[in-house]
Amino acid sequence: MTRTLTSFCARFDPARHGAPLALVVILLFNLMVTPYFLQPQTLFVNISQVATIAIVAMGMTLVIATGGIDLSVGAVMALAGALAPLIFLSNFAAAHPTLGLVAAIVVPILLALCCGVFNGVLVSLLGVQPIVATLIFFISGRGLAQVLTNGNLQTFTHPSFSYLGTGRVLGLPFQGWLVLAIGAVLTWIVARSVFGRQLLAVGGNERAARLAGIPVHRVKIGAYVICSGLAGLAGLIVVAINSASDAARIGNLMELDAIAAAVVGGTLLQGGRAPIFGALLGAVIIQLVKYTLLANGVADEVALIAKAGIIIAAVYLQQARKE
Amino acid sequence: MNALRFLTIGNDMTDLIEMEGIGKTFAGIVALNDARLSIRPGEVHAIIGQNGAGKSTLIKILTGVYRRSAGDVRMNGAPLAISTPREAQDAGIATIYQELSLVPLRSVTENVVMGYEPRTRFGLIDWTAAHARTREILARFGVDIDVTRQLGSYSTAVQQLVAIARAVSLDAKLVIMDEATSSLDDQEIETLFAVINTLKATGVAVLYISHFLDELYRICDRVTIMRDGQTVNTHRVAETTKLGLVSEMLGRDASEIQAAGLTALSGGHGEPGEVLLEATEIRSKTGLRGASFTLRRREIVGLGGLLGSGRTEAARAVFGLDPLTGGTVRLSNGAPLDTPAAAIAMGIGFLTEDRKADGIIPDMSVRENITLAMLPRLKRLGAVDRERERKLVQHYIDALQIKTAGMEQPIRELSGGNQQKVLLARWLALEPEILILDEPTRGVDVGAKFEIQSIIRKQVADGLSVLLISSEFEELVEGADRIVVLQDGRSVTELHNPGVTESALIGAMAHHADAPDTKRSPL
Repeated sequence: MTRTLTSFCARFDPARHGAPLALVVILLFNLMVTPYFLQPQTLFVNISQVATIAIVAMGMTLVIATGGIDLSVGAVMALAGALAPLIFLSNFAAAHPTLGLVAAIVVPILLALCCGVFNGVLVSLLGVQPIVATLIFFISGRGLAQVLTNGNLQTFTHPSFSYLGTGRVLGLPFQGWLVLAIGAVLTWIVARSVFGRQLLAVGGNERAARLAGIPVHRVKIGAYVICSGLAGLAGLIVVAINSASDAARIGNLMELDAIAAAVVGGTLLQGGRAPIFGALLGAVIIQLVKYTLLANGVADEVALIAKAGIIIAAVYLQQARKE
Repeated sequence: MNALRFLTIGNDMTDLIEMEGIGKTFAGIVALNDARLSIRPGEVHAIIGQNGAGKSTLIKILTGVYRRSAGDVRMNGAPLAISTPREAQDAGIATIYQELSLVPLRSVTENVVMGYEPRTRFGLIDWTAAHARTREILARFGVDIDVTRQLGSYSTAVQQLVAIARAVSLDAKLVIMDEATSSLDDQEIETLFAVINTLKATGVAVLYISHFLDELYRICDRVTIMRDGQTVNTHRVAETTKLGLVSEMLGRDASEIQAAGLTALSGGHGEPGEVLLEATEIRSKTGLRGASFTLRRREIVGLGGLLGSGRTEAARAVFGLDPLTGGTVRLSNGAPLDTPAAAIAMGIGFLTEDRKADGIIPDMSVRENITLAMLPRLKRLGAVDRERERKLVQHYIDALQIKTAGMEQPIRELSGGNQQKVLLARWLALEPEILILDEPTRGVDVGAKFEIQSIIRKQVADGLSVLLISSEFEELVEGADRIVVLQDGRSVTELHNPGVTESALIGAMAHHADAPDTKRSPL
């Protein structure tokens, strides 16, 4: 018994095991303290809220792995989320319901992908600092979304589209399954695919990667495109959950939540590592802490401070690993 | 001045630094075991040894970076307790690192007085006094520069001198120079040597670490040889021979080494085949002004020249890294070379000079580093074919005798020589027609150097063609079938083996050149 414990302690790597440990602690705490924590309703609420953070955080992880950062994800969410209702509420969609629905999902995501190409080209081909390049859409994207909708709140009733945010598969929220599917695909990409290997090489040592013949520009653009595409999808989910689209609020501050989730999950901001599952875990931890405090009557403002605490802990663990 | 008077008294003076029976273990692994070092005031003392012999560990113990596990350190006869680099500085031990620990964006003066700024009556920094003091210190070393300019705007050599000036201004009694000349050109090395002589004349001792044995003979008084974490011996430099030093470093017999030659590149020259690569009058913005050379199958062609003659630039241009502004690079099949990816696809590999910056992906495993350049070939349905990858990697780990705990070990944990072997494996795995080797054995220990050289020789016998750049004349003279000598970005002459001698090469390199030719034949 003691031996198992010592060998566990010896193998404990804060950067890799810190996040799962934190998750277990939060869950245990909730089981003891939070009323109704084991109710299915609790699970559903948390899954539907964590889904958007998780999806964006996984995309962000890829961008950070190249040594970059994407500040525009929140604005891209707003852009996609504002565009979708415009399409499925249009006369065209009234005439062709199915086609209209498909277009309402595909076109906003295509637009998001274009934003990703723009970001990626600025960063890789033109050599603009990622934080500055993505600041362009961070500022203008939401404005564009508000111009599209004249700044109005669009409310709608559209059961098919709302399935994205309220549907259930095998009793669990649809977007929860979506997160798992995306997580599985991205994990495969990072661990097994040639693109994933090249992505980590670019983040690990860009000059060496270039000299080894890796198409550095293409790889970087790819990361930004995937990140923006996922942000677009997350924007659609937010709109579908609320059956309303408010360009001013969709994805507000999402970039910070996504970066926080990625960091908590063990992503290094200097690049070279892309723990997709970690980002997922990070998103869950951030969501659960928020929920725990809220469910126990702690004010929202205090929850923000707690979030900062998690980030500090995550950074501390990363530092500990370096030494 | 005191130190000077002591010097005249004779041998029974107190050592400035005395390290006895030093031991150091890292997580159970012994790095140092009974290491000794004694430095007299005002002497230039060298430490030599292979990579992993314990040189840097010993120095880091002296400068307070590491704590020793055993042994005594005394300074002027009194026990020395140093546990941080700052305490070492206060005790008068200054270290000039290869990577400078100064602030390039601040002025020269700020860098020199940092932490010890002269103050005015009101507690503000007295810049007039600070500039004057800095100028005065630099003048002692014959350096006359604008001290108000950013340090980063000066060359590495000047920056190094500023670092030394800072050390002297802090009343250093011992200045440690770690591979100080590795990034300097010949003229700058001369300036550095002059500075070392100045330090010596004022009674400051210098501890000198270098891979270049010839430098030792020029400026060092005594030399301490280390091997496997132990001090083997300390000699007066004047009483040693190069061969003797090498054999003590390697722990091998001198006659054995002499018989084998200084490199493992020589011998086994086959009949060269058809022309594979032809560069004609190539020019670039990076400094090529008309360089021409050809490369045949089964041939090693050396690019000789002083630093800045365009050797590396020519290699980069061939590999498609820097665009040509004139001339042509033609492959036997006529394909254009405009990107590294295109060059790799055409069967060209490029082992770069700067292993850390341009070679390894530090956090990736040995396996991932080896297969980095050949990922497109290992691709199956978008994924890396792991089984083939493992087989291939294991083959090269065995063939090149890469010492690693396993193919999943991060490359950053390997020694320099083994990292270099991994990078060599990266290119050999592509089964290239042409391999460009830029300083293939720089910064690796003698043992690994021999191994790398013989791997290259074997590959050439099997049909590889090599474009070889090396600052180590032995490698060029013994290894290359032909040496194309470059000067100011132009190819000026070509030497053919057999028959090339070091002095012939040096003569060809220096001919017409204004820069003095310092012979640097390192280990």
